[in-house]
Amino acid sequence: MDSFLQQLYNGLSLGAIYALIALGYTMVYGILRFINFAHGEIFMVGAYVAYFLAGWFLPDGAASSWLMFLLILMLSMAICALLGIGIEWTVYRPLRNRPRLTVLITAIGVSLFLQYGGQTFIGADPKAFPKILGDPVQVNMGPVTTNNLELLVLVITLILMFALRFFVMKTKLGKAMRAVSHNIQASSLMGINNDQVIAVTFAVGSALAAAGGVLYAMNYPTIDPLMGLLPGLKAFVAAVLGGIGNIPGAALGGLILGVVETFAAGSVVSDYKDAIAFGLLVLLLLFRPGGLLGKATVEKV
Amino acid sequence: MNLKKLLFSVVVAASLIVTGCAKKSEADSTVIKIGQFASLTGNIASFGQSSNNGTVMAIEEINAAGGVLGKQIELITEDDRSTAGEPANVVTKLIHRDQVVAVLGQVASSMSLEAAPICQTEGIPMITPASTNPEVTEKGDFIFRICFIDPFQGQVMAKFSKQNLGASKAAILTDVKQDYSVGLSNFFKQTFVELGGEIVAEQSFSSGDKDFKAQLTTIRAAEPDVIFVPAYYNEAALIALQARQLGIEQPLTGGDGWDSPLLFEIAGDAVEGCYFSNHYSQQDQSPAVQEFINKYQEKHDSVPDAMAALGYDSAYVLVDAIKRAGTTDPEALRDAIAATAGFKGVTGTITLDENRNASKPAVVLKIEGGKAVFNTTVEP
Repeated sequence: MDSFLQQLYNGLSLGAIYALIALGYTMVYGILRFINFAHGEIFMVGAYVAYFLAGWFLPDGAASSWLMFLLILMLSMAICALLGIGIEWTVYRPLRNRPRLTVLITAIGVSLFLQYGGQTFIGADPKAFPKILGDPVQVNMGPVTTNNLELLVLVITLILMFALRFFVMKTKLGKAMRAVSHNIQASSLMGINNDQVIAVTFAVGSALAAAGGVLYAMNYPTIDPLMGLLPGLKAFVAAVLGGIGNIPGAALGGLILGVVETFAAGSVVSDYKDAIAFGLLVLLLLFRPGGLLGKATVEKV
Repeated sequence: MNLKKLLFSVVVAASLIVTGCAKKSEADSTVIKIGQFASLTGNIASFGQSSNNGTVMAIEEINAAGGVLGKQIELITEDDRSTAGEPANVVTKLIHRDQVVAVLGQVASSMSLEAAPICQTEGIPMITPASTNPEVTEKGDFIFRICFIDPFQGQVMAKFSKQNLGASKAAILTDVKQDYSVGLSNFFKQTFVELGGEIVAEQSFSSGDKDFKAQLTTIRAAEPDVIFVPAYYNEAALIALQARQLGIEQPLTGGDGWDSPLLFEIAGDAVEGCYFSNHYSQQDQSPAVQEFINKYQEKHDSVPDAMAALGYDSAYVLVDAIKRAGTTDPEALRDAIAATAGFKGVTGTITLDENRNASKPAVVLKIEGGKAVFNTTVEP
C-alpha cells in the first residue's frame, strides 16, 4: 500500500512536468490551430539559459536562494519569450497564409535547427545543472517521500495553469486571442491586431516552455541539447490526451500520462513503459477522438 | 539547364575526380594510417573524449620516438556522436576513403558491435579499448580487445557484493538499450544466485530516461542489501540521486561505465559509499601508471580515467603488433595482434587468449569524499 501511494505520487509529480510543458503546446494550438513542434526545444533553451545565468550569478555555487531562483526563472522565461517571438517573426509569419502542412514541416525544421545548433555551439555532452536551491530537502508526508523541488513543480504548475486560464478567459488580450482562434479574418475586421495577438501567444507559450525547462533541469540535473525531445513528445501526447486546445485538459492529460507511465515502469513490464503509455493514447482516441475534455469537431470537406 | 549551370556542374565534377585521384595516390606514402572512431560528442562523450585523449597521446609519443617501421603514424579520428548507425558509416569511410591499416575503437559495446562486422568483412584488424560485451570479439578473427569482458566484470561485482559486502539480497536496475548493461546484469545475476544469494527485484529503463523513481520505489519495497546498477555514468548519477531522495540508503554498485568525472559532478554526495569495478586505479603506485598519469595531467589538466588508460594501451598494443609483423599487411597484422602476450600496459599485463580477449585482473573502487578509492583487486 505504501508503495502504491508512493508510485501514485511519483506519477503525479512526473505528470505535473508533462502538464507544464503541455500547457504551452495546447495554448498555441488552441489559438492558431498549429502544432509548434519546436516547443520541446524552447524547453531545452530555457534550461540552458538558466544554466548559464546560474553560472553567472552564482559562480562556484555561492549562496543560492529563493530570490535567485525566481530571478533566474523569470529571466529565462523572458528570454525564451523573446526567442518565441523571434521564431514566429522570422519563420512562421511569412507562412501565415500558406497550407497548414507547410507550417508544420517548418516547425519540425526549427526544432531540428535548435537541436543541432545547440549541439554545435554548446556541445552535445551532458552538463551538470547547478543546484539553484541547494540540495533537495527531503519531505515525508505519511508513507510518501518527496522533496521540496517536486513540491515546487506541483505548485508552479498549478499557479501557471490558473494564471493562464485567467489570462485567456478574463483579460482583454485573452479575449482577442480567443477571437483570433474563432475566425482570424473576422477578428482583424473587428480591429484586432492579429500580428500582435499571435506574437503574444508565442511569447506566452515559450515562457511556459522555459519555466518547464528550468524546473525539469532542477529535478533531473543533467542537461543536453536533445533533452527536449522526449518530454516534448510526451507533453504533446498529454495535450492530445486531454483534448488539444483545452487548458485544463492539458493538465489532466499530463497527470494521467505520468501516472500510467510510472505504474508501468514500476511493474514487471518496465521495459514497455512508453509502449503502454502511448498504447493508452491510441485506445482513448479510438473512443474519444477529441481527447478527454476536447470537443470532437466535424470538418467539412 | 542553362549553359552557365552546365559549365558549373562540369567544373565541380572535374574537381571531384581530380581530388579523388589525389586521395588514391597517397596510399603508398610515407605514413601509416590508423583509423579511430569514438563518441567525441553526445550522450557518452565523456568516454569518447577520454579514450581519444589516451590514444592521441600514445600516437604522439610513438611518433616522437621515430614512429614504426621507419614511418610516422597518422591517426584519423571520426566522431560517431554517440548515435546508433553512425559507427557503421564512419568505419566504412575510414576503411574505404582513408584506407587505414587498422581501426581502434570504441568504448561502448553497442557501437563496437556495429563496426566489428564491417572490419571483419573488409579484413581490417580492429582493436576495441574498452568494449566489454563478449559478442564484440565473436564477430570474427579480425576483432580484438584489450580489456576484460562482461561475464568477468559481472562475476567480480557479484562476488564482491556477496563476499566483501556480505549481501544476500540484491536488486538489479538494467539499461535495456545498452548491450553492455544487459550483459552485465545477466552475469551478475547468474553468479550471485550460484553463490547462494537472491535477486529480489529486477527493473529496467532505457538510456536517455531521466525519471527512475518508479523503478526505485519498487526496488525499495523489495528491501535488497545492495543494488546493482550497470548503467553509464549519466543515468547512474541520476539513479543515485533519486534513490537517496526516496530514502534508499543501501550501496549501489556498478561497472566501468560509472568511471567519469561527471558522475561525481552530477550525483555529488549521493554516490558516497558506492562501489564499481574498473580496469585500473589511479592510486596504483607502479611507475608505469604514475608516469602515464603525470604525462596525461600535463597535457589535459585532469586525472586520466580508465577509458583514457585503455585508449592509450590500445594504440601501443597495435603499434607493438605492427613492429612484430614488420608490415601492415592485414593478415600478418592480425596474426601479430593475436600473438600479443605479456604486454606491459598501464592497465596491467595484457595477454590475448584464443578468443581474442584480454585476460586481466579487475579492481573494485569505493567512492569516498567525491573520489574513487582503490578497494580491492579481483583476479580472473
